[in-house]
Amino acid sequence: MNFDALPEIAQSTIKQALAAGATDAECTISDGAEFSANVRMGELETLKEAGSRGAGLRVLIGRRMGSSYTSDLTAEGIRVMVQSAIDLAALTTEDPHASLPDADELGSLETDLGLYSEDVAALDTDRKIDAAKRAEAAALAFDPRISNSEGGSFDSNISGRVFANSRGFMGSYRSSYCSISAVPVAILDGAMERDYWFTSARYFKGLEDPEYVGRTAAQRALRRLGAVKVDTQKVPIIFEPRTARSLLGNLFEAVEGRSIYREASFLAGKLGEKIADERFTLIDDGTIPHLFGSQPFDDEGVPTRRTPVIEKGVLKNYLLNTYTGRKLGMKTTGNASRGITGNAGIGHGNFYLEAGDKSPDAILRGVKNGFFVTELIGSGVNTVTGDYSRGAVGLWIRDGEFAFPVSEVTIASTLQEMLMGIAEIGNDLEFRGSVSAPTVMIGEMTVAGR
Amino acid sequence: MSFSDSFFAAKFGISRGDLENYLSEALSRGGDYADLYFEYLATSSLSIDESIVKSATQGVSLGVGVRVISGERTGYAYSDDLSPEKIKHAAQVAAMIASGPAKVEKTPLQEGAKRNLYPVVTAPSETAFKARVELAQRAERAARAYDSRIFQVQVVYADNLRHVLVATSDGSLSFDRQPLARMSVFALARDKEGAPQQGHAGGGGRYELDWFQNERTPEYFAGEAARQAIVQLGATDAPAGEQIVVLGPGWPGVLLHEAVGHGLEADFNRKGVSAFSGRIGQQVASPLCTVVDDGTIGGRRGSLNVDDEGNQTQRNVLIENGILRGYLQDKLSSRILGSPATGSGRRESYEHIPMPRMTNTFMLAGESDPADIIRSVPRGLYCANFAGGQVDITSGNFVFSASESYLIEDGKLTRPVRNATLIGNGPEAMKYVSMVGNDLKLDEGIGVCGKEGQSVPVGVGIPTVRIDRMTVGGTA
Repeated sequence: MNFDALPEIAQSTIKQALAAGATDAECTISDGAEFSANVRMGELETLKEAGSRGAGLRVLIGRRMGSSYTSDLTAEGIRVMVQSAIDLAALTTEDPHASLPDADELGSLETDLGLYSEDVAALDTDRKIDAAKRAEAAALAFDPRISNSEGGSFDSNISGRVFANSRGFMGSYRSSYCSISAVPVAILDGAMERDYWFTSARYFKGLEDPEYVGRTAAQRALRRLGAVKVDTQKVPIIFEPRTARSLLGNLFEAVEGRSIYREASFLAGKLGEKIADERFTLIDDGTIPHLFGSQPFDDEGVPTRRTPVIEKGVLKNYLLNTYTGRKLGMKTTGNASRGITGNAGIGHGNFYLEAGDKSPDAILRGVKNGFFVTELIGSGVNTVTGDYSRGAVGLWIRDGEFAFPVSEVTIASTLQEMLMGIAEIGNDLEFRGSVSAPTVMIGEMTVAGR
Repeated sequence: MSFSDSFFAAKFGISRGDLENYLSEALSRGGDYADLYFEYLATSSLSIDESIVKSATQGVSLGVGVRVISGERTGYAYSDDLSPEKIKHAAQVAAMIASGPAKVEKTPLQEGAKRNLYPVVTAPSETAFKARVELAQRAERAARAYDSRIFQVQVVYADNLRHVLVATSDGSLSFDRQPLARMSVFALARDKEGAPQQGHAGGGGRYELDWFQNERTPEYFAGEAARQAIVQLGATDAPAGEQIVVLGPGWPGVLLHEAVGHGLEADFNRKGVSAFSGRIGQQVASPLCTVVDDGTIGGRRGSLNVDDEGNQTQRNVLIENGILRGYLQDKLSSRILGSPATGSGRRESYEHIPMPRMTNTFMLAGESDPADIIRSVPRGLYCANFAGGQVDITSGNFVFSASESYLIEDGKLTRPVRNATLIGNGPEAMKYVSMVGNDLKLDEGIGVCGKEGQSVPVGVGIPTVRIDRMTVGGTA
């Protein structure tokens, strides 16, 4: 059974569901093949190659909803899945807002988003292993203190998505992904520090050189050596792009429709209000060619689009699927997202903070005493209250320059104060994943250490 | 039960001969070791939100993973189709990791000793779905009835039933039926004008559905979630900097999971990238601390009859009176290190390569009265509940985030404080443990551990402990 056979299965699933008593139905089928090679200390360590597929079904009987999934796409597997969703719909409660998108909301972008490249599937195994080896070797060769490694890797996958519903939508697309990464370990006087770097793209030629990846990872691990804990104090904080991205992840949770209608977000009820510094503009855009957050339609068959979430500091839009849109008396923003199991939740497209005009160097030079954060750990962000407290690693800043590495400290504030307290936004926005940010400086946060 | 009556033999007609053939195929290019992991997973879940049963889902996935080890190399492939051609193909792909002629010696498959840590006759996922909906509805009603300030309640109930079959080229054949259920309650509370606060509680394990009637009722979890949300309404800013920290019993055992557990997984230590590498026999905690990882406790969420490589789980002592005793092994690490198996090889599904993982990790009870421990602290922080944690294995730095904590002033709990992250360094932090309570408690059964993209259910536990120095990440 190849990919081209899947649309027919999706459509036949819908037909069977309607015949079994559903008033509406939608079916998602995904098909994926993954490859990964890990190399450690120059030797191939693991090689993994395989594929799998699965189908998910959501049915409505009036305003009751049931869903089911299966990895068995044979006629019998589909029959069981259909019956199972129908049975469950009888056990859920009538929900006045439960519904598929209206017919005029459905559709797919016409333009080619460039999500799929043949060159990923065509790549031979030796070249992939070689890329992983070169990345790790470059890290190990960079400095004698890089004397151990968690390895170098090459990962790729090819995936396909088919979606059909009973309101006439039928769409499919394929996408490809590949990446090279390195995780070197730097050792000095018995203390160890590890860091990583990676490159990823929709097509093989879009990847950075393995050597660049290895060297960058090595530099990052080296600059952590000799880290100390600092005294507890309030100082300006600079998030480099890699850590600024995680702030955006927190903001996404606070603007997605489910947390809004449940009033489980510090941004619920704040539409139209100024919640951030006026230089802060946050966009969700699922339509940018080649990027990882792009797709022609969302997981309910609604075309993706560009949605300004925060514009010049003012909260403009929430990110919604059909259900949360109806709950809030609004329209879907094309942000429905689901896997094979369950109902559509909410996801983002390319979720990014618009670049400012200052270079990261210029931002650094403006700080007398502060903390440059290169890694965050833990889950200490509460988007209901906005309370923010996370473990941090980075470099201390004295008189506009990096002075020494820091670890085993936390940084804390509230998301409300951090957004209003944005001091600088860098000009270094790069799209490295589906969430992207330039350098961001916050005027003041509490660093807890000694 | 003998193999011929087991799930995969009965339902898919898989015979010993088939398994031996697939293993031969996997070793056809000269690998040293191969194994097959068959998995059939049926899951169901439902959620109640705004007093509406908004979603109900169930489904099935199945497949087989084939692993070949050649020296220190691993080849892995899987198939979601159990037809002989597809399994053979996966075996051939995994076999490519080795290059050479097949080694001829074959070991006939033998069933190992059997036991049943979860003698569940009817798994929760085999009961009427309606019964599970009713349990969740009871929780929802109880949380709303707890206090008029509770304005949102969400209840998620989820269960699964996993059948596994593991066959290895060194001759072991094992199979298991693994039920698991969990209920979670989330409550939001608000005073008239104030901002909302949330509370969360839940639990479960490898039990019959009536565990939720007899042992831990929906009303119990609902009351806990609502209580925590209400407590947080009065919370003030948490302190910042080094404090005396007292951890309450139960879920705060997540400290052990992050501070020492991960660092003792043998894959990191074999590679020399853990802060605990090469420290066996050294003092890594105060002499009051004995920490074990025990996969054999009846019905617990982290327990397994056999691990995902076919070894029986066991009780492993990680730290004994402060001295580091051992690592948690998977098959690959124990082959390379020449160490005995610890029953710690686990994986998320047939699509994943097994790794050394924890099961139920906890500290043994000490001798102090918990009330005396709190009384001993002039000023500090008491943490009753946590929301999770994370560790950097290599530097040893770990965090865990308190979701319910109180200031201790002059030996008394005074007022609740806001969520804060605690941070420490693995081999150092537990040297500051100065009192260990006699009240060991295991968590209620909601833990999920993530490692390299693979999630597995785990348990934690700890008695009340006093830690003389730990950095608290508040703002005050």
